[in-house]
Amino acid sequence: MSEIIHIKRGLDIPLRGDADKILQTQPRSANYAIRPTDFHGLFPKMLVDEGDKVKAGTPLFFDKNNEEVVFTSPVSGTYKELIRGAKRRILEVRIEADPEDEYVNFGTADPAALSRDEIKEKLLKSGLWPAIRQRPYSVIASHHDTPRDIFISAFKTTPLAPDMDFVVNGQEDTFQTGLNILNKLTDGDVHLSVHGKNTMSKAFTEAKNVALHRFTGPHPAGNVGTQIHHVKPINKGDIVWYLNVQDVIIIGRLFEKGIYDASKVIVLNGSEVIKPRYYRAINGVNISALTDNNIRKEEGTTPRFISGDVLSGEKVAPDGFLGFYDDQVTVIPEGDEPELLGWLIPKLEKFSVSRTFFSFLMPWKKFRLNTNIRSGERPFVVTGIYEKVFPMDIMPMQLIKSIMINDIDMMEKLGIYEVAPEDFALPEFVCPSKIEMQTIVREGLDSIKKEFE
Amino acid sequence: MHNLLDKVRPHFEKGGRFPKMYRTFEAFETFLFVKGDVTTRGSHIRDAMDMKRTMFHVIIALTPVLLFGMWNVGLQHYRAMGEEVAFIDQFLFGLIRVLPLVVVSYASGLIVEFIFATIRDHEVNEGFLVSGMLIPLIIPVTTPLWMVAVATVFAVIIGKEVFGGTGMNILNPALLARSFLFFAYPAYLSGEENPAGNFVWTQAPADQAVDAFSGATPLAVAATESTIGEASVSQIMESMPSALEMFLGTIPGSVGETSTLLILLGGLILVATGVGSVRIMLSVVAGGLFMGLLFNLFAVNAFMELPVYYHLIMGGFAFGTVYMATDPVSASQTGSGKYIYGFLIGVVTLLIRVVNPAYPEGMMLAILFMNVFAPLIDHYVVEANIKRRMKRLQAVGEKSA
Repeated sequence: MSEIIHIKRGLDIPLRGDADKILQTQPRSANYAIRPTDFHGLFPKMLVDEGDKVKAGTPLFFDKNNEEVVFTSPVSGTYKELIRGAKRRILEVRIEADPEDEYVNFGTADPAALSRDEIKEKLLKSGLWPAIRQRPYSVIASHHDTPRDIFISAFKTTPLAPDMDFVVNGQEDTFQTGLNILNKLTDGDVHLSVHGKNTMSKAFTEAKNVALHRFTGPHPAGNVGTQIHHVKPINKGDIVWYLNVQDVIIIGRLFEKGIYDASKVIVLNGSEVIKPRYYRAINGVNISALTDNNIRKEEGTTPRFISGDVLSGEKVAPDGFLGFYDDQVTVIPEGDEPELLGWLIPKLEKFSVSRTFFSFLMPWKKFRLNTNIRSGERPFVVTGIYEKVFPMDIMPMQLIKSIMINDIDMMEKLGIYEVAPEDFALPEFVCPSKIEMQTIVREGLDSIKKEFE
Repeated sequence: MHNLLDKVRPHFEKGGRFPKMYRTFEAFETFLFVKGDVTTRGSHIRDAMDMKRTMFHVIIALTPVLLFGMWNVGLQHYRAMGEEVAFIDQFLFGLIRVLPLVVVSYASGLIVEFIFATIRDHEVNEGFLVSGMLIPLIIPVTTPLWMVAVATVFAVIIGKEVFGGTGMNILNPALLARSFLFFAYPAYLSGEENPAGNFVWTQAPADQAVDAFSGATPLAVAATESTIGEASVSQIMESMPSALEMFLGTIPGSVGETSTLLILLGGLILVATGVGSVRIMLSVVAGGLFMGLLFNLFAVNAFMELPVYYHLIMGGFAFGTVYMATDPVSASQTGSGKYIYGFLIGVVTLLIRVVNPAYPEGMMLAILFMNVFAPLIDHYVVEANIKRRMKRLQAVGEKSA
């Protein structure tokens, strides 16, 4: 086994509301949805009409720019409606669920007997292709490419992240099947990164057909971007793919059972959840099925529901839906109340990496943080603070500035190919000038992508 | 309280009676209340630290120096007049002299900031909260108030706003204000007596002072005696205050620069809270010591023989190191760049002090000089990072070729 890579620079944000290791099967929700907005740069074109019956695995829409990439229904039921936002952009494709699932049969297959193209075709048809994303750009991978390597992170370090050992429990063989399939898609390696101390599951530590790496250290050690950077960084012209552990399992199921079974283990947590725990649920589930009667009610605070983690997740309505790539629903309080001299008074419930609040004196304390921005946006003033939570040999502030002035050449030179918005979540969190770095990085990636298309 | 703000807000918004005053209203509102604005994009939670709190901590770190400076103004005055008075009288004398400087500096600077925030329609930045406090601390207490106002307005407009405001400036605004005064009204900022018949560094009429009181700063003593006279280093040291006095700060000088002890305390506050860069502070001291020792080794005159630690406690070296060189906007912004930047400030300061007799104090010019070079230093640090990436790309290219 390879030596442990220790990530020194980073930050674990101590949030209250970690989940108990209890797995419940979630009662089936009345409706499910796929959100085209989960897939950056997607132009959806519908394949079904309102009222059509669909099975789990029936194509709902495809990508206008990439017609072979279809998106299929996670459950069987009736395609009910489209929810559109500004400029008629499609936000949600809603399915009214049947009581029981019927599956489209894609046929079982032994991955060892299939060619690379046959595997790709199966993934495309079943609607599982979007589970594979690529760097640079952090978008759905192109099926015309052969990636240099494929990366999978088998542990998460984001705040209140699900324990992947607990998630994979009982699905070890299917996970291995998924790895075997991915191995056929690249000429390089499938890199699996585990936590050097905490990862116990043999599904990860004894996985076959992979290059295993061990990491320790604070967040973002578990981010695939950090791992790629430290294992085999992306140079200009390289393409690497990456997937979530649970999507590898779903791919494994497709080949073992011949169906698109989009069920996964998700965690519901955060300071506002009464009983934070794990649930078995199907992709695109309506989160109200999990959160009803499970949210603290307090005078004067409204909860914010997030599909994903608090750093890079998506804000959803109380009856919104779980995102395609997410395995976590976090509920924290909104911070919409003005606070008298809030910048001056060091309350115990405030967390800061700087030592100007008391939080650094209480390393054991867990915080109930809210969504208040705390200040208007300012130009960059403080320096040296971003590097402390950014464990790559990339200069975060200089890269952000090059994006702000849209200097394509400089962005390239400063390493934009290696980063995704989520890598800038911590610099954005600590920024005293409250600069929206994740949004800026996404804009930078978009303009680079456009430049070379 | 907040209801009251809500009540008057419509007057300042578009269509209200004073829409032009909105940014001013907003600045006061956000000073009183952290707004109830919530995150809409990106990270849902944010660090509790913001600009106001950052700047506030610099003010905290400046408070001991300010209070000591007030007392020292009184102390020097009564010394010059040959009177013995109680501690509280000394402090009150200084308070009455220093407070107007602070008020004028804040008022003139903030008015400019508010006007520019309104014209450009952005929120009022907090940067001047610190600059406005620094300016009165780095000038002699005898500076006429109108000069303070002119210098401050000059520094804020030419030093900051023409570059786009806080965060975009190249030079440290407070030092720019001081150097404006230094070059525009040299008689009020150097020498021993100003045109008004007052000492420059001590609030006392020169003709009424007791004979033993010269009013010269230690640096001026060193510079004049070593160039004009044939004085040996021990004679120079004798005509200066003792090292302990200089360390404690009971010497003539700009309002806030004299007490090395309390500046150290302020530096500790800045470093402990993480607001000030310890890299810069340490490397400025290292640069000063390096150059000082070099002078000692190759001394050709008495000034060069002066013990190197004297330079750390004389003049504005300590103040500049802790509060001026560390300004994150005008300093080098890269990690390793900060070491180079700081070190060179120390070196250049001593060069100016010792080698150039025209300017007794080198700290101000050294920092401004290095402010100009900071972007160049950063450029090379960034280039090094880029080269590492290019090398990696080439290495891969060669392997596959």
